[in-house]
This record gives sequence, C-alpha cells and structure tokens, in this order.
Amino acid sequence: MKRVEFLIEWGLFGCALLSIGTTIGIILVLTIETVSFLRQVPIADFLFGTEWTPLFATPRFGVLPLVAGTMLVSAIAMLVALPMGLLSAVYLSEYADERLRRAVKPVLEILAGVPTVVYGYFALLFVTPLLQAVAPTLAGFNALSPGLVMGIMILPLVSSLSEDAMRGVPRGLREGSYALGATKMQTSLRVVVPAAFSGITAAFILAVSRAIGETMIVAIAAGQQPRLTADPRVPVETMTAYIVQVSLGDTPQGTLEYRTIFAVGMLLFIGTFGLNLVSTWLRERYREEYA
Amino acid sequence: MLNRYLRMCGLALTIVPFTACGGGGSAPSEADATPALIQLDGSSTVFPISEAVAEEFQKANPNVRVTVGISGTGGGFQKFCRAETDISDASRPIRPAEIEACQKAGIEYIELPVAYDGLAIVVNPKNTWADHITVAELKTLWTPEAQGKILRWNQVRASWPNRDIRLFGAGVDSGTYDYFTEATVGKEGASRGDFTSSEDDNVLVQGVSSDELALGFLPLAYVEQNRSKLKLVPVDDGKADNGEGPVTSTAETVRNGTYQPLSRPLFIYVARKAAERPEVQRFVESYFSSAALMREVGYVELTPQLYDLAAQHFAERRVGTAFGAGGSQVGMTLEKLLTREQ
Repeated sequence: MKRVEFLIEWGLFGCALLSIGTTIGIILVLTIETVSFLRQVPIADFLFGTEWTPLFATPRFGVLPLVAGTMLVSAIAMLVALPMGLLSAVYLSEYADERLRRAVKPVLEILAGVPTVVYGYFALLFVTPLLQAVAPTLAGFNALSPGLVMGIMILPLVSSLSEDAMRGVPRGLREGSYALGATKMQTSLRVVVPAAFSGITAAFILAVSRAIGETMIVAIAAGQQPRLTADPRVPVETMTAYIVQVSLGDTPQGTLEYRTIFAVGMLLFIGTFGLNLVSTWLRERYREEYA
Repeated sequence: MLNRYLRMCGLALTIVPFTACGGGGSAPSEADATPALIQLDGSSTVFPISEAVAEEFQKANPNVRVTVGISGTGGGFQKFCRAETDISDASRPIRPAEIEACQKAGIEYIELPVAYDGLAIVVNPKNTWADHITVAELKTLWTPEAQGKILRWNQVRASWPNRDIRLFGAGVDSGTYDYFTEATVGKEGASRGDFTSSEDDNVLVQGVSSDELALGFLPLAYVEQNRSKLKLVPVDDGKADNGEGPVTSTAETVRNGTYQPLSRPLFIYVARKAAERPEVQRFVESYFSSAALMREVGYVELTPQLYDLAAQHFAERRVGTAFGAGGSQVGMTLEKLLTREQ
C-alpha cells in the first residue's frame, strides 16, 4: 500500500515537473538563441532600429515596426474589449438575475472557445470587406479589422474575470450604499467597480497580454509588412505574425535570419511574462483586502 | 523556395481546396525487393514540379523511391557533376564552368525542358489607370533605393494618380522573388524591403484583390486560378525583337517567348548513365505527361508538341546543352532550341 502511495506521489511530482521542465527548456532555448543573435546584432540596433528587413539583401534588425504593429492591433482590441467587457461584467454581476446570468455567461464564454484561425478568416473575409464598404481606402490587410475581431475574442476574458472580481465585493458594501440612498447604477459604478478595481485591472492586464500574444488572427488578417505606423488602415506585421512567417518559409536553421525569430520571441515572452506577473500581483492584493 | 508547394500544405489550406498534400514522402516498399532509388537535387524553383511528379510516380511504382533535394541550381550541378545525383533540377541552363566540371568527371547529360516559370504583374480589378508597365518602371518601383521614397503611384508614372501604392510580392526565400528581382532590378535578391512579402501566394492574391491601390507580382499560373479577382498588367521590356509594346502575360506569350523578361523555361538534366535504368526512364517520361500537375504547382506547362520533342530527345539520348556559350538566351524559344540540329 505504501508503495502505491509512493508511486502516486512521484507520478504526480513528475507531471508537475514536466510543465516546469518545459518552461525552463523554452526559456533556455530562447535565451541561447537570443544571445547568439545579439552577438551579431547590437542590442541598441535591435531595440531602437526603425527598419525591420532581416530577410532581405541589406538586412536591418530594428524591431520597432513589429512592436508598433503589435501595439496598434492590441490597442484596437483593448478599445473594444475593455469597455464592452467591463459593462457586460457590471450587467452580469449587478443587474442580471441568477437564472439569466447562468445562461448568458457560458454563451459569452463560447466566444473564447472559437478557434483563433476562425476569427482570423472572419476578420479577413467578412469584417474587412464590411469596413471597406464604409472606408473604401482601407487596405485588404489592415490593423483595424483584426484588432476589432481580437477585441471580441478577448471580451469574455475581461468580462468573466471582472465579474468574478465584482462578485467578490462583500455584500455589506452594496447594502451600505443602498442605505445611503444610492441607486443601483450609483452603487454599481461608484462602489462595486472601485472596490473591485485591482481585480478588474488584473483582468485588463491579462487581456492585454493575451492580445499581444495572439497570433493567428493577425497572421491571417493584418498583413505581413513591418511598418512603423499608427495608421490602422494599412497592412502591418506583429511580432507573432513575423514568427509565423519565418517559420513557414524555409529560412535555414542556425542562420542569423533564423535567430531573429528567437530574439523576437524573447521580447514577446518578456513582455507578456511581465504583464502576467503584474496581473497576478494585483489579484493577490485584492484577495487580501476582503479576506 | 518551397513556397509553391508549401502553400498547398500550409496555413492557407482553408482557402484553397486540398490538392496535392499527404501521401508523399517515402514509398511503401514491397516486402522482398529493396526499392530502387532515384536521386534528384537542384533548383528550389523546379523542386515543386519534381516533387509532384515524384509523388505521382511513387504511387504508381511503389518499389521505386525518389528523393528530391533543394541545393539550388548551382549546388545541384555540383553534386550532379560529382555523379552524386541522377537528375539535376535547373531554373537556368547549365553554365560553362559546370559544363566543364561535368566533362572532366565524364558525366554526359540530357537537357530537357519541363515547364515555364512565368511571373505576372497584377493590380486590383478596380484599378483603372495601370494599363501597362515598363521594365524600367518596375525597376524604379522595386529597387532598394525606392524604399521609403517611391510611395505613390504618380512617382512611378506622372500620369498615374497621386495616391498611395501598396506593394505585394513573393517571399524572399522563394525562387519567384529571386527571379523577379533579377529580371527587374537587375540583381538577384535586391529589392526594397517595405512591401508585403509572403511565402503564401494566397496571402498575395487576397491582399491585391482587396486593395484598390495594390500592385504585386505572382506566379502566372496562380493568377490564372484567380483570374476574376486580379487584373493583369501587360509588361513592356522596351525591346522590339520579342514582341513590340506591352505584352500581356498569358500561357501563350510565356510559351512563345514574347513575355519577357518575366518568364523563363525550367529544365531537368538527366545523367546519361542513369537514363539507362528503366525506372529512371519511366520517371523522366512521366514529366512529359504531367501538364496538369505543372499547372497545379504554379507553372506554365509546355505545349504537347514540345513535350513530344523533349521525349524524343530523351529517347534518342541526345546529350549536351543547346546553350553552348552558357547562360540564358533571351528571345530564344524552346521550339528553336529543341529543333536545333535537326
């Protein structure tokens, strides 16, 4: 019996170790390849250069156009996801009765379950032509359409996490507010939302990190042209889309061009990792407040 | 390089119907016989053709294994002249240095055209102004110096509108890109970097067909499959001897050599010794009956007469090259080439 216990314990430990080992492996590979990339390209050129043409005859390794593309698409996505996500969270948490909430929430979460490749083609073949009917100069590949669609995709993430945070606000606070004569709207927006602020911020940051790391939608619908611009109407390329592009071509392994994807991947990893840390930290804080 | 093949197997699957994927790779060997091996290497541009032909061939001949490498035309000839391969894929005729190397090693070869590579210049169907473009204008537009400077249509030709121009082109890994830059800019691999460059031709079709201000280059056969979404721009090379004025790229103008400089024939070189083996014979002959396959992988097939002529050359084991002095000869049609010394 004891032996079985022992086996189970080590089996479970092994499973846990596997995911940690994978993470360490990924970080190691990223670091090694990035270091050998930075040995050939000065880090200042990489981080602050404004031209990204690593595959061309005269290569330039300025990652800013890719960063700009990522930021632009993510910003558009957040413009959609944050207000809509927050408002639907307020509705679900404060207004909807329990039966409706139970029905609506899973439906909303289905949005998060749609494969991102479907969203990608949805953006490219449906949303873009629709937008072009309004703005004819919109390019076929642009930052706007994938940004909007990505916003819809991460909406459930925002609403679900924000709603959890709001429901975590103690009943007493709401009752106190009502006792002072506040309306439901006032209670929701001036008491519950501020009280759940750190949880909501954590949800936002997680959503930003999700938007930055999102790959398929932008690879399909945003174009593949690294361009330092804030114009949402023209093709851009994000960091993730670049990695896809190089991985699909046949750039020989071990070359400088090949290593660019690790350097870009490292930058992406550091970005989303940092955001996730902040998000976790905020959530911890919020838990303490009302524990 | 792999782009034409990859696009059928890659991401873009959701747009194009499934065609030539799956199956391929290693042939199932018969239980007793060790499979005969045919080795190919060479041009990445010809690779999709050889790969597709090999795949079909191995389906019909399960006890023959065909391997196709991609060392580039030059790298392929190096191996070929060291007798390491049976067939060499080439996107240009054999060069004098390579002829010499083969001669020294006592390798005789049969030169066979298998298809044409044609590049089309395309714009959006709503584009009313781009009725033709000259090679010089293409150079203005695509040269590395144009980066960040030539950004509007009227900078290419004054009569064109003062609006943004958005460029699309094959990925820099592809033979299509190499060839386009060589034919227009004049130096292989030299071009501006600020255009949408994709290994996936579907991305380019989608980009040009959904953007009024777009201009792009694509493999011709690929354009023909998407004819309704794109408008072909006739190209004028400024030379009268191979068709005067702007020439529209069609399978016909590619075949008769008037659509220059954006088309070229592709070859395989078969080692004379290997040609004695029955399985190599059958394999090489299957190129001549694979016209539909050529089209499928993005190329323009030869005329049936030319395939017959090529087959005849092969049957007669006619060795040597028609390009004595080496290098490609603009304006020389394959008809003239194949009927030389007859």
